[in-house]
Parts: sequence; structure tokens; C-alpha cells
Amino acid sequence: MAAMTHVLDADALSGAPSPTPSGDGPPAPFRDVVASDSAFRAFLHGLPGVDQVGAQARTAVLGTRSIKTTAKAWAIDTAISMVDLTTLEGSDTPGKVRSLAAKARRPDPEDPTCPPVAAVCVYGDLAGVASEALAGTGIHTAAVATAFPSGRASREVKLADVRDAVGNGADEIDMVIDRGAFLAGRYLDVYEEIVAVKQACGTAHLKVILETGELVTLDNARRASWLAMLAGGDFIKTSTGKVSPAATLPVCLVMLEAVRDFRATTGVQIGVKPAGGIRTTKDAVKHLVLINETVGADWLSPEWFRFGASSLLNDLLLQRQKLRTGHYSGPDHVSID
Amino acid sequence: MTSLFEYAPALESRSIVDIRPSYGLFVDGEFTEGGGTPLKTVDPATEEVLSEVATGTDADVDRAVKAARRAFTRTWGPMRPADRGKYLYRIARLLQERAREFAVLESLDNGKPIRESRDVDLPLAAAHFFYHAGWADKLDHVGLGSSPRPRGVAGQVIPWNFPMLMLAWKVAPALATGNTVVLKPAETTPLTALLFAEVCQQADLPPGVVNIVTGAGDTGRAVVEHPDVDKVAFTGSTEVGRSIARAVAGTRKSVTLELGGKAANIVFDDAPVDQAVEGIVRGIFFNQGHVCCAGSRLLVQESVHDEVVASLQRRIGTLRVGDPLDKNTDIGAINSAAQLARITELTGIGETEGATCWQPDGVLPDRGFWFKPTVFTDVSPAMRIARDEVFGPVLSVLTFRTPDEAVAKANNTTYGLSAGIWSEKGSRILSIASRLRAGVVWANTFNEFDPTSPFGGYKQSGYGREGGRHGLTAYLKGASE
Repeated sequence: MAAMTHVLDADALSGAPSPTPSGDGPPAPFRDVVASDSAFRAFLHGLPGVDQVGAQARTAVLGTRSIKTTAKAWAIDTAISMVDLTTLEGSDTPGKVRSLAAKARRPDPEDPTCPPVAAVCVYGDLAGVASEALAGTGIHTAAVATAFPSGRASREVKLADVRDAVGNGADEIDMVIDRGAFLAGRYLDVYEEIVAVKQACGTAHLKVILETGELVTLDNARRASWLAMLAGGDFIKTSTGKVSPAATLPVCLVMLEAVRDFRATTGVQIGVKPAGGIRTTKDAVKHLVLINETVGADWLSPEWFRFGASSLLNDLLLQRQKLRTGHYSGPDHVSID
Repeated sequence: MTSLFEYAPALESRSIVDIRPSYGLFVDGEFTEGGGTPLKTVDPATEEVLSEVATGTDADVDRAVKAARRAFTRTWGPMRPADRGKYLYRIARLLQERAREFAVLESLDNGKPIRESRDVDLPLAAAHFFYHAGWADKLDHVGLGSSPRPRGVAGQVIPWNFPMLMLAWKVAPALATGNTVVLKPAETTPLTALLFAEVCQQADLPPGVVNIVTGAGDTGRAVVEHPDVDKVAFTGSTEVGRSIARAVAGTRKSVTLELGGKAANIVFDDAPVDQAVEGIVRGIFFNQGHVCCAGSRLLVQESVHDEVVASLQRRIGTLRVGDPLDKNTDIGAINSAAQLARITELTGIGETEGATCWQPDGVLPDRGFWFKPTVFTDVSPAMRIARDEVFGPVLSVLTFRTPDEAVAKANNTTYGLSAGIWSEKGSRILSIASRLRAGVVWANTFNEFDPTSPFGGYKQSGYGREGGRHGLTAYLKGASE
């Protein structure tokens, strides 16, 4: 039986190798952009700017798309399958995580046709509980790490945090970038840290949280997206959910444009995960429309797009029941967690 | 792009609007018979006849002008300005309340997507009435000295591209300044103007203040040439605008003309590319390109030409062409067979002249009038598609190397209605904008309208301004006049 109480591996700190960028480096044609601080700065500041008013106008128009009947049914099931069902509270317990895992497997106990979610997302110390509860289901265990949510710790501590979560069975790591270093213009530091975390992840998928609410501008969101993709992140993620604003449609638009352009130039496809603040089916459908009309169908699967959310799932389930039965049920017809 | 996520049809219900089988002329507060042969107005998306509309003869127009003169002399002219404002506020509120009805009717009669009639045309039309309602009792501040006087009877002729919005641009300032109106809507799109006549009745607007005389070119000419009309306002083609200018020359009538355009949309290499692409799309494909200020000439800096054109083509591939009443439609139907023929002819000339024509994949409906969004590259400034107004969803792409060349090419047109500049550099935007000979210059946006902002052209795009404080002066006489 997995340990009920998490104990940090005593060797985790002492055994940490000094962080060195991975031998591969960024994919072609961007191999040289991280050659020096000034080269990297020139590259990131040379990316086309983002006009905030224009980005907001674009998402506002896409927000008026009317998704009905068959399209809505498809969108709801797709959205459910993209949910990273999340609990990130100081009060989380093994019991809470196990009940969340049960919900992840069968979100709607009354309807076996309802798809399972993509992953359960927890703090690293509870990754073992989650992965055991999810064993054999195909549902991923995601753990936040690197001194989540602030990221204010030494690199050794952050890497130990990652190794620990992976050791506990997490196959997806949601790291936070060093926003302080980013805002101070030390882009190469941020990059090297992501490279080191990616190494520490081993085979686990790495989602890089940009915390766009602290980066504030859409120009920064685009630069941070490129930085994270060049460093080897498998996903770029908007937010921790602990800072407001979290995921917004304009931020998600800019990140989708970034992964679209990155694949066009490098051939490498990166996933996107908005997290925090997406609570309703309407919000989720707006995001799917945004994907559909920005990057296209290639990103319309849980392999390439996730929603980091907790309360969203229940609204999706209520709307799903409404579509099936023709009438609204109440909140008591879906489970709390 | 595969079609994993197909949007199911999301049709706006047309049952909200009650289209009568036939309509008369709205004269002196009532619907009356017209003397001419009635016109049929069709839904351009299906070619289905929507209704039959009376044609106003010279005698009908004379009746309407007399009614307008009577109302000007007896009720509307002498009325307290604040009370005129109340009527305008009432009309504005009714337009908001009945916005969906108007939007559906506009999309049926014009072919424009419901998303645009619902989110642009109708909100802006109501905004024009609200804005001008506020001016009604503040005309001392227009800039013409104290107590400027109305001109009298305004004869107004409007186009088919924004039937209801152009009505608002014309009627709201005229009424706010104390004038009365004889309005001739476009031959192919009379229905929302006739619904507006019902709104005037509903608002208890005194009879004769607004008269609506439907018909074709002859009816319009009768309105413009009527000797008792004091002020002529026209929006439409440069060709008709010229004949109006000739007709009123030597008379006491004052005139404003808002005519064609061939706007340059200038994209510099430091532009926010994704938003610039949105702005290019909005500039030329908004309202099927039936926009006098459409950004029909894309001037893109040579160093980013390939990147911008590739992004633009990818984006155009996501535009949804089809049923105007589907809430997800981006591009609706071309307004008439005649307009479709003109667009087809000019694009044919573009290909003959050697420009490269690109259109996205996709199938157009087999009934109705349709044209795919079209981009011409390898266009040189001498080609007709770079000079003539197509008034359709057809973009010509030209290049430039330096800011001076951009300005020279942008100004190298007989028109001068609007222009756009895309750059992240504020100082460049200001310096270029001041050198462009265009009435409206948008920076990092396009086709953005507001009642507070004056609109109008240079050169063959016409004269006079509509909207804002400037627009009011066209309907007023100062102390010196």
C-alpha cells in the first residue's frame, strides 16, 4: 500500500545534479537563439507584437459562435475528455484524491457512455495515491511541482520536487516558470530551469505554467510561450489557478498562435492547457471554437489540449444530461467530487 | 484543416418579422399608394421574392416634399429642441427593443450575415439616434455660433449596403437639427426603411417629419431635383454622386456626398501580424466587401509579404460562407445579380491583366448570388483591380519597400475615403496618418465606426462629413447664412 503520508526522499536534495541544459537544445531552425543572453533576448523581442485590442476583438467575435445540437454534444464530450480534474488545496487528503479519481473514471455514474477525463491533477505528495487509484484506466496522474504556485525556491529544491513527484507515480508534471526572472529579463535563466526540469521529468510529460496573470501583457505571454516551447515543454499552460486573472480567451488565443507558428517552423507540435477560471460549458465550448478556428482540428484532442479545472466538469455533466433528456436536472444529480 | 468539429446549423428564426406582401409609400405619417409600377425586392441568398414595394413618381415625391415642408413650418421646426430630443430618444429605444426584428429583416433583404446585422448595423443605428438625441438641445455648441437654424427639408438618398445604418446616419442628424426628411431607400433594400416608418408611427412622430419614398433611380432623381428641397444628402456610387452634383449646381441647395473608395490598408514589417491579418479580413470581407471604405488595397511591406499572405490565406480558409441567417456565417450573399456581375467582370479583368487569383476551397450554394472571398497577388498599381472600386469580397495585394513609397502608393488613387495603418510603432503611425489623403485613417484596426466620429472623403470619395459635431453642420445654417 502506498504511504498515506508523504515523506520527502532524504537523498533528494543532496543527490541533485547541477542543472545543465539538455544536449539537444532547441529544434532547428532555432538552435542558435539560446547561444547567449543577448541573442535570446533579441529573438524573443523580435517576435511579432500582439495588439491587445485586436486579440480581444477576435475572441469576442468567436465567442458569438452558436454551437447547438450535434455540435454541442460533440463539444461537451470532447471537453470532458480534455479535463485535468484538479484539486490543489492545503486541505487535500488521500480520501479526497481517491474520490476525485473515482469521479475521473466515471464522471457520470448514471451514464456509462460518458467519457473519462484526461488526468487527475494533484500536489506531488499525493501523486502516489492518485496513480494507484487510476492504475489501468489510461487516465494520467498530473502533479504540480517546482515550488508551485509561486516558484520561489532554489533550483535544487524545485528539481527535487519534480523527481519526488515522478517517483510517486506522476506521469505528467505541471511546473511553474520563474516569473521574477522573466520579468527581470533573465530569459536564459528561465529557459535553463525548464530544460533542467524536463531532464528531471524523465519520461513524464512536462506542462510549463507561464502564469500569464503575473506576466500581464500579451506580448509577454507570446514570449514566454516561445521560451517554454524552445526549452522542451510538451505543453504550455496559462495559469496556476492561484492568481487572478487566470485563463482568459485572449491569452489562450496568443498561446494557440504560438504553438501553431512553432509547429509551422519546427515541425514539433506542442499542447496547450488553459487553467483556472473556466467554470461553465459555455466557457469550454468557446475554447474549443478558439482551437478550431485558430489552429484547427489537430489540437482537438486530449493529447494536445487540456482544461485545468475543478468545477467545470459538473457543469459539463449537467449540460450533457440536459442534451440527453431535454430538461435540466439540479446540482444534486452530479457528484460533488 | 479537417472537419472534426462541424458546427450544426444555428438559424436565427425569421418568424420574428412579419413581412407584408406589399408596401406603399410613407408620406405624411401614413402608408399611401405609389403611382409607379411596384418593385419586387428579393432575398439575395435564395432569389425568393420577399415583397412588392411601391414606386414613387414625381407627383408622389412632390406630395412627400410638401408634407415635409408643412411639418417643418408648423410642428417640427417650431418645436422646443428638448422635445425633438425626446422623440429621437424614443426612436432610439424602439430600435433597441425591436433590434432582432430589424436585424433579421436586414439580413433577409440585403444578404448580410445575421452576426453583422445583429452586432454591428443595428447597435450602431440605435447609437446614432441616441447620440444625436443628445445634441438636439445643445446646438449652440456645434461651432456655428448661437442658435444655428435648420436648413429645412432634407432630401436623402441612401445605398443598399447598410440600409438601416445609412438611414440612421441621414435621419438622426437631420431631425436633431430641426430639419424634416424625404428619404429614398435603395431599390434592392427598401424593407428596413419601411419598418422604420412603423417605428416613427409607434413613436408618435408628428406626420411629415419623416417621409419614405421607395423606388429606383428616377425616384431618387425626383427627390434630389425637387425645387423645394433645401439640403441634399447622398451616399452611393461616384457616378450617381457626380450627376447629383451637376443637378444641384446653381441651386440654393446644399449638398453632401459620400461616395466610393479604394482604401489602402498598409501593413508595416513591425505590425502585430495576427491582428493585422484579422484587420485585413475585417477590412475587405466585412459585409461581403460591400463597404465604401473597405480596405480593398492591401499594401504590405515587401519583407513580410509572403508571411502575411500565407497567414491571410490560412485565415480566409476558416471564413464561413453561407446562409445569412445562420448565426455562424461570416460571409453572406452578394446583394444583387447586377452587383455579382460587376464583381465577376472586374475579377475576370484582374486575371486577364496578369494578377494571380486565389480563392479558398469550398462550395457555394447553387441558388442566390454568391462570390468567394478572393485575393489577388502580383498586383501592380496600374491594374484596374488596383484602381477601380470592386465593391465585393476581392482584395488586391501590392507591396512597398519604404514608408515614403507606402504613402505614395496609398495616395495614388482617385478616391480618398479611408485608410489603415498597421505598426507597433506609434511615431510611425502618427507620421504616416498625417500624410494620407483619406477622410478616416484607422490605426491597428479597420472598419470601426462610432457616431461621435466624423466620416467622409477626399477627392472622388465625396465631400461633407457625417457623424460627430462636423456632421451636424451640414444640416445647419449659421448666423452668416
